[in-house]
Amino acid sequence: MPEILPVGTAQALPANLRRRSRGVFASRGGAWVVGLSVLVSLLALLPIAYVIGVSLQTGWSTVVTLVFRPRVGELLTNTVLLVVLTIPLCVALGVALAWLTERTDLPGRRWWSLLATAPLAVPAFVHSYAWVSLVPPIHGLLAGVLVSVIAYFPFLYLPIAATLRRLDPAIEDVAESLGLKPWAVFFRVVLPQLRLAICGGALLVGLHLLAEYGLYAMIRFDTFTTAIFDQFKSTFNGPAAHMLASVLALCCLVMLTVESAARGHARYARVGSGSAREQRVVRLKTPARVLALTLQGVTCALALGVPLITLGGWLIAGGVQAWDLDELLPALQQTLLLGVAGAALTTCAAIPIAWLSIRYPGRLQRILESCNYITSSLPGIVVALALVTVTIHFARPIYQTTITVLLAYLLMFLPRALVSLRAGIAQAPVELENIARSLGRSPARALWLITLRLAAPGAAAGAALVFLAITNELTATLLLAPNGTRTLATGFWAMTSEIDYVAAAPYALLMILLSLPLTGLLYHQSKKTAGR
Amino acid sequence: MNTLELHSLNKSYGAHKALDNVSLSVPSGSRTVIVGPSGSGKTTLLRMIAGFEFPDSGRLSLDGQTLVDSTHEVPAHQRLIGYVPQDGALFPHMTVAANIGFGLSIKGHQKHERVAQLMDSVALDSSMAARWPHELSGGQQQRVALARALAQRPRLMLLDEPFSALDTGLRAVMRKMVARLLEDAGITTILVTHDQSEALSFADQLAVMRHGRLVQSGHPLDLYRYPEDEQTALFLGDAVVMPARIEAGWAHCDLGRIPVNNHRNNHSAQIMLRPEQLQLASILPDDTSVAGCRAKVIDRDFSGNTCTLTVELQPRAPDQPIGRSLLVRSSGMYAPPAGSAVQVSTIGHAHVLSEP
Repeated sequence: MPEILPVGTAQALPANLRRRSRGVFASRGGAWVVGLSVLVSLLALLPIAYVIGVSLQTGWSTVVTLVFRPRVGELLTNTVLLVVLTIPLCVALGVALAWLTERTDLPGRRWWSLLATAPLAVPAFVHSYAWVSLVPPIHGLLAGVLVSVIAYFPFLYLPIAATLRRLDPAIEDVAESLGLKPWAVFFRVVLPQLRLAICGGALLVGLHLLAEYGLYAMIRFDTFTTAIFDQFKSTFNGPAAHMLASVLALCCLVMLTVESAARGHARYARVGSGSAREQRVVRLKTPARVLALTLQGVTCALALGVPLITLGGWLIAGGVQAWDLDELLPALQQTLLLGVAGAALTTCAAIPIAWLSIRYPGRLQRILESCNYITSSLPGIVVALALVTVTIHFARPIYQTTITVLLAYLLMFLPRALVSLRAGIAQAPVELENIARSLGRSPARALWLITLRLAAPGAAAGAALVFLAITNELTATLLLAPNGTRTLATGFWAMTSEIDYVAAAPYALLMILLSLPLTGLLYHQSKKTAGR
Repeated sequence: MNTLELHSLNKSYGAHKALDNVSLSVPSGSRTVIVGPSGSGKTTLLRMIAGFEFPDSGRLSLDGQTLVDSTHEVPAHQRLIGYVPQDGALFPHMTVAANIGFGLSIKGHQKHERVAQLMDSVALDSSMAARWPHELSGGQQQRVALARALAQRPRLMLLDEPFSALDTGLRAVMRKMVARLLEDAGITTILVTHDQSEALSFADQLAVMRHGRLVQSGHPLDLYRYPEDEQTALFLGDAVVMPARIEAGWAHCDLGRIPVNNHRNNHSAQIMLRPEQLQLASILPDDTSVAGCRAKVIDRDFSGNTCTLTVELQPRAPDQPIGRSLLVRSSGMYAPPAGSAVQVSTIGHAHVLSEP
């Protein structure tokens, strides 16, 4: 059992006081970790408390009339259909592409791998903007599923590819020696080991589907989030919107339960002797190779070709005049500042919870994680309005300051950092930390030198995901930022709202360019296995 | 002088008792082996000595310093106790040199030299220094793990089945190397294993564990010859166990009259002989003039330098039932073939097992 004692405290504390429970509370450091996790989670509960509080004020009869009406049923059907169709497609696409780029001799697989990551650099509503530009009549459920799959499949591709790279090849060798055919090895041995990656990625995609506004607004597909946004635009603080938000929170709860059940209790750190060997590579036969290249090519054309062609078209049509630098440069600066600060804050806040979830999985940790998931699945506008209400009433000095904006980012994007961090910490078995302690390193130093180093790729991936999310964030920024703040996303949205697609193009391009280096980093980090 | 003292250690996981009142003294500079089947609590004990786990009650001290008692606990990093786990557990994000130098507080040239010296002491080529753990074979990984643990000049070295992942030839070589290395360095060592031959060969003190209890401890040869009970006897090697009547220093049993090291009279007990205490002599099948015990070879297990024979004792009179089967060790080349008639005689004392 790992002890998280700071140096020198061991002698000071009477042992019999700590012997009662050998869980996470057994040490002073552990209590700190729990305390911080609880604090972050309580913060995350603010928006929920706000929604519930408003519902209570509204009164039961109004709640019933607002929730049980055909419009809510319609929105529920739309949202459920979107989730049910999009997630399996994303999983299938993610697994197929990851297997092809990691385990086969597909020509140019390093490039294909990069191209499968690249769509992350294009904000979801820019994907939507591209499709609307290309096929103006596009709308409805199928359009929503198409654009969602294209925009979000890298969230599954990346963790699956990273896990495939780290699996112990000996397990597959053993399976084959037990008489399993290659496809059976894949389905019975490889796929089950991808469970953590698939569950984490699918949850991330699911949360995006529930919370995204811009993508669906542009192709005129109504989900709960777009409906709530419209409600707020018409009646600023109306109870109808709050009731819709409550139903949405319920949807998130269901999704969370499903993921939690699917994740199970498997051990994720590699068990066995020494360090893993290199992976084997499957040779594709010609027909399979043609099929694989087609899949890669079509995915790439839809996910990257369409945005680039339409964006290029608008940029050429606009020419130099479309580049209003007095507007663009401050927007770029704002975006960078908010992105870096928000990513750092969010990742740090996620560390205690991620730590608990790997080292001390239990009911407490599940509750804490759930708090964060529920909040992040709420549309940005609900989080934003909750913060507006709370700051006006209880924290007037930070109302309409950058602090509130960063707080909103923290609440909304914590799970993105959490999923990656959790996978990262799972890569560092407790045993290595024990060894470091037996070599004379204090628990804190052992944590820093071993576990955090091994988890660093995961943390970096998490931070990059948060940064990406912030550069693309629209609604909360619109509502919370101090007067005069304009980020690339809000600038882009202002232009497209006026159907000025030409003027919007430079903003879209800048957002993509800004996201590219980080997408590259994400790609690089996921390639890097420990010690390689 | 005693280096390590374990004093009535207890540890439970829920209802399962992992350690049940374990006490043991480990003399300075000795090689102690804790042996037992898996689940016997031996690894828990080792991890407790390292400071990764803590007892529910009991005391643990090293060189007179209390490591754990009812009021104090010294954490792992202040114990200066080396630990080598079964799989080596090398840090995957560090090179061989960085792994070995991890516990060193010196820097620069001095550190470099010390690492080179450590690599040399575990017979690792200096060209390995820049390698990554995944580029090493199992044996090399174990050597790095050992060098890493040696670097801080530990007061005590703990080895948790360090050779079990290696192949047989390498295992013996590594075992010898490690034993010599630790002896030269004068480091007290505790090794945990479930492999009895490894335990007997490595130890100068052997402790047998079962169900969380320390059943018996002492010199390996003493434990081999005079085990407390049948289970321990069989755990440490093949054994012939049979009922006997003890009288005036002699045991009367199916093999006839055998001297014993127990002088209590007139009681029946189980006696134990090691197969190598039995000797066979070929006789003619119909030779009835032979004194002592007659038997027939029914199986022959040839393994090079030795051969294990299964023999069946023949009835002394034609109307008696066929007697018990025994295992007998014989020299490989001159062992009688299956089916041949032999005379069985014994060497040395039989050991009287205590009542279960």
